[in-house]
Amino acid sequence: MSFLLDHLNYVAVVVLMMGGLFIVFSSGNLIKRMVGLAIFQTSTGLFYISLAKVSGGTAPIMINAASKEGQALAAELDLAYVAAHGLDGVVYSNPLPHVLILTAIVVGVSTLAVGLAIAVRLREAYGTLEADEIAALDRETPKSTGAGP
Amino acid sequence: MSGAISFLDANLAIDLALLAMLVVLAAAIAMTRKLLAAILLMGVYSLVSAVWLVVMDAPDVAFTEAVVGAGVSTIVLLGAILLTRAEAEKTGWGRLIAPALIAVATGALLVYAALDLPSFGDPTSPANAYVGRTYLEVASRDTGAANVVTAVLASYRGFDTLGETTVIFAAGVGVALALGFGERAAPASRLMAGATGDHNVVLRVAAKLLIPIIALFAFYVQFHGDLGPGGGFQAGVILAVAVILHALVFGLRETMTAVKPSFARGVAALGVLLYSGIGVVCIVNGGGFLDYGHLFTAEIEAQIPPGLLGDPGATHHWGQHFGIFFIELGVLFTVAATMVTIFYGFAGRSPGGEAKL
Repeated sequence: MSFLLDHLNYVAVVVLMMGGLFIVFSSGNLIKRMVGLAIFQTSTGLFYISLAKVSGGTAPIMINAASKEGQALAAELDLAYVAAHGLDGVVYSNPLPHVLILTAIVVGVSTLAVGLAIAVRLREAYGTLEADEIAALDRETPKSTGAGP
Repeated sequence: MSGAISFLDANLAIDLALLAMLVVLAAAIAMTRKLLAAILLMGVYSLVSAVWLVVMDAPDVAFTEAVVGAGVSTIVLLGAILLTRAEAEKTGWGRLIAPALIAVATGALLVYAALDLPSFGDPTSPANAYVGRTYLEVASRDTGAANVVTAVLASYRGFDTLGETTVIFAAGVGVALALGFGERAAPASRLMAGATGDHNVVLRVAAKLLIPIIALFAFYVQFHGDLGPGGGFQAGVILAVAVILHALVFGLRETMTAVKPSFARGVAALGVLLYSGIGVVCIVNGGGFLDYGHLFTAEIEAQIPPGLLGDPGATHHWGQHFGIFFIELGVLFTVAATMVTIFYGFAGRSPGGEAKL
């Protein structure tokens, strides 16, 4: 039971990733696919952040262990645990994955915007956003470049 | 160790409840054919995951997810369906079998691999014990920034962040190439007029009150980034949201008079230039690229009054401090201006395509 609980977070993140992957593959609509891709991307971020969590830790912003907040945090934990894994009496979570995911989120919305801009142009050129209809139109007129005027 | 376990259990319960909500939301997004519903659910999904990130001790990431996921990406997606169509075609049940099989097979493999991972919250796992731990130990001493995330983002991995800022700028250029800058905004654009008419008075008054506060909050987040959660990325998006809110309520024409599209794209380029310029200054002064220890020469550093940032007794890392300050400013410029440029690109287009002149 404990083993399952210890890994439940990862399993839940994998389920979210499956949801994103399913939307990307099953939906013919290009905008819906973008939404699926965003879910897929978020799930990767959640996985990184899950790995960075340290039991009993706090956000990686330095606080004084002697302050009220520092003492309240330490009171929740075992002294030996704090001594082994803490820094000056406070246990922090790992900051590095936070940095990676923070920037990835902002880059993600920028690339989402590029994808949507291309989807808008496709709709203007083909009159549809369904991937199979676009492919069918392409087969009908093989000479056409597909670009708008 | 019993204390640690009870603390963990309370956290774990919230954690799992939020993850369950995320799974339900993802399922709802997969089921709906209405794109508007899918996009709004996506906004809710982002907000819930932001709450989850706070539980995971990642307030900086939560902040970013809340402003980006629930704010800007919802607006961009709405702009896209405004220009296209708000409903997806129905997919037959038979067409769903293969994607479901692929998703389940990938998921099963990943779950199989995930069971070999270190336990959730393990402080001695390889991910938590080496480089992350070292950053925690040295960051505050090296840079003087209390927020280790900002120290790593802006100083240790400054080169990485420069790359990401450039990617954001490039994405802005990409959207502008596909949709235009919105300068010759089509009069048929649905956002041209804004919310006019008597029944929108409440909206206009509320927006007028909120926009200055949102902008002020953006600057607080920007300049407080080394002490608490926040920094250039979050502040940039919040500042862009203030401009976008103005456009949604008062109309695109009004906003484009205040914040010209040419001004926005200029600032986006200026941000990248400022960031890489700081790097070059460090090289000129004898250090490596973005090596803030060499940002100021010794003569300049001697002239900085010791009490400039309060407490004269404390050691100040002037190079680090100003290096982080300026590159965060560069990030703010690029992120805010790129988001505004992207919004102009989508908003300035009419549903039928660019205005035929």
